[in-house]
Amino acid sequence: MTSDIAAILAIDGIATGAVYALVAIGTVLIFTVTRVIFIPFGDIAAFTALTLAALDAKRFPGTGALVVILAGLATLIEIVSLVRAREFRLLPRALFFYLALPLAVVGLAWLTMRAEPPLAVRLVLALMLITPIAPLLDRIVFRPIADGTVLLLLTVSVALHFALVGLGLLFFGPEGVRTEPLTSFSTEFAGVLISGQTMLIVIAALVFSGLLYLFFDFTLVGKSLRATAVNRTGSRLMGIRPARAGTIAYLLGSLMAGVSGILIAPVNTVFYDSGFLIGLKAFVGAIVGGMTSYPGAAIGAVGVGILESFASFQSSALKDVIVFSLLIPILIWRSLASLHSEEEIEE
Amino acid sequence: MSEMFSMRDVTICYDNVEAVRNVSLSVQEGQIVTVIGPNGAGKTTLLMAAIGLLAARGRLVFQGNDIGRMSVEDRVERRLCLVPEKRELFSDMSVADNLLLGSYSLRDRSGVQKTLDEVYSRFPRLKERQRQAAGTLSGGERQMLALGRALMAKPKLLMLDEPSLGLAPLIVREIFRTIASLRDLGVSILLVEQNARAALETADYGYVLETGEIVQSGPAKDLIHDKRLITAYLGGH
Repeated sequence: MTSDIAAILAIDGIATGAVYALVAIGTVLIFTVTRVIFIPFGDIAAFTALTLAALDAKRFPGTGALVVILAGLATLIEIVSLVRAREFRLLPRALFFYLALPLAVVGLAWLTMRAEPPLAVRLVLALMLITPIAPLLDRIVFRPIADGTVLLLLTVSVALHFALVGLGLLFFGPEGVRTEPLTSFSTEFAGVLISGQTMLIVIAALVFSGLLYLFFDFTLVGKSLRATAVNRTGSRLMGIRPARAGTIAYLLGSLMAGVSGILIAPVNTVFYDSGFLIGLKAFVGAIVGGMTSYPGAAIGAVGVGILESFASFQSSALKDVIVFSLLIPILIWRSLASLHSEEEIEE
Repeated sequence: MSEMFSMRDVTICYDNVEAVRNVSLSVQEGQIVTVIGPNGAGKTTLLMAAIGLLAARGRLVFQGNDIGRMSVEDRVERRLCLVPEKRELFSDMSVADNLLLGSYSLRDRSGVQKTLDEVYSRFPRLKERQRQAAGTLSGGERQMLALGRALMAKPKLLMLDEPSLGLAPLIVREIFRTIASLRDLGVSILLVEQNARAALETADYGYVLETGEIVQSGPAKDLIHDKRLITAYLGGH
C-alpha cells in the first residue's frame, strides 16, 4: 500500500465514519435518556435515503403511509391509556401531538410535492417525514415497558428492527436507490482528490455535533435531557417528565439518523434493509465510547469508518468480519476497565 | 391558618407487606412538622408516597386538592417538593446547572434569576462552587445544593428526608438553622428525621412513627419533654 492509497482510504474512512458518528451520537442520546439501545436507527437512516429517492423520482414516498399508520396506532394507545387513568383533560393534547401533528407533516409534504420543489426543499421534506417515526414507535412500543430491564428493552428493539425491515420492503419495495450527489464540487489536497460530497459529510457531522453540544449546554430543555440521563429519579423530582425527555431524544436522534441517510445516499446504494449494517457499525462506535459519551461515540464511529475502509481494501469480503471482530477485544477491555458498568446500566 | 397538606388513613405496601398502616397527619400553612422514629419505621416510605414515587391507599390532599392519582411531575408542578435522603443530585453537571434544573417546573421564568440570587446568598458556598460538578462536593455542600435546588422550584410544601444524615455536627446545626429560616419564606415543611432532638427543636408539631404506625403526636415543645420519647429517642438528656 502506497501513501497515496492510504490517504485516499483514510479520507474515505473518515467520511463513512462521520456518517456512522451521526447515528452513533443518536444511539447514545437515546440510550442515556431512555435506556433503550435503539437498533432501528440504521433503518431510519436508510428510510430517509429511500424517502429522498422517491421524492427525487416525483413519487410520494411510502414513508407518508407509514407515518399515518404509526400515528393512528400511537393515538389509539395514548387515548386508551389516558381514559384508563381518567386523565380526560390530556386528550386534546394527545390528539394534537400524536395525530394532528404527524398528519399535518404528511399533508404538508404531499402538498409541497405537487409543486415539484427543488432539491433543498426535498431534503427538508425527507427529514420532516422521517422524524415522527421514532417518537411514534417509542409511544407504541417502548413507553409501555419503559421500566423494564435494559435487556428486555434491547430484545424488543431488535424485534422492532426486524419489523421495520419488513415494513420497509412493504412501503419502499426491493429496489435499491442512489440519490443524486448534493454537490459536484471537488478539490485536491496534498495530491489526493477530495469530493465535495465527502467534505459535506464531514462538515455536516461536525455542524450537527456542534449544534447538539450547544443544545445540551445552553438550553434548559437540553439540560433536562442530560439530567434525565444522569439521574432519572432526581429529574422526575424536578418535574422533568421522562416520557417527554424520551420523545425529544427520539426526535433529535431521528434527525441525526435522517441527515446521515441523506449524506450516505449519493455514495452508497441503499436498500430497504441497508439500515442494519449502518446501525450496527454506529453501535460499535458507540460501544467504543462506552455508550454514554458523545465525543467517545463520535471518535469510535470515525475509527470504525477508517478501519472499514482499510479492511475493504485488504479484503472486501471480510471487511464486516474485521469490523465486528473489533467488538470482542473492546468489550473485554471495557469490562475490565469498568467493573461497575453493569450496575450503572441496570440503574 | 389553613391546611397545606394532609394524609388520611394512608397505607403503603411493598409486595403485599404493609410498610405503613393507616397513617394520618397534616401540615398547616407555614408550619414545620416533623416525623421522627427509628430506622425502618417507614418514614422515607411515607415521603416517597407523598411525592408519588410509591403508590398509596388512602387520601392525599395538597392545598385542598386530592393528589393521590397525580404523577410525580404534576405534584412538583403544584410546588410540592421532596429533597430525598439520597439527595439525587445530577452529579456530572455543575452546581449552577443543578440549581437551574430545580426551576424546571416553573412556567413563569421571569423570577428564576432572582430566586437563584437568593439561593446563592443563602448558601454562599454554592456560589463559590457554581462551576464545579455536583459530584465533587462534600457531604454538607451536597445537602446545601439539594436544599437550594428544591428552593429554586419555589415550593409551597418542602419535604425533607433525613437532611442531617451523614453530616458533621457543625454542618447539621447549619442545615437546621437554614430549615428554621425557611419558615420566613412562607414555606411549609414536612421534615423526616432520625436526629429527633434537632428535629423537635426546629419543628412546631411532631409525629412519632414506629413500625409503620403513628404512635404519638403533639406540639414539638411537648414531645421534647415527653419521658418515653426522651428514653427512646432523645438520648436520656
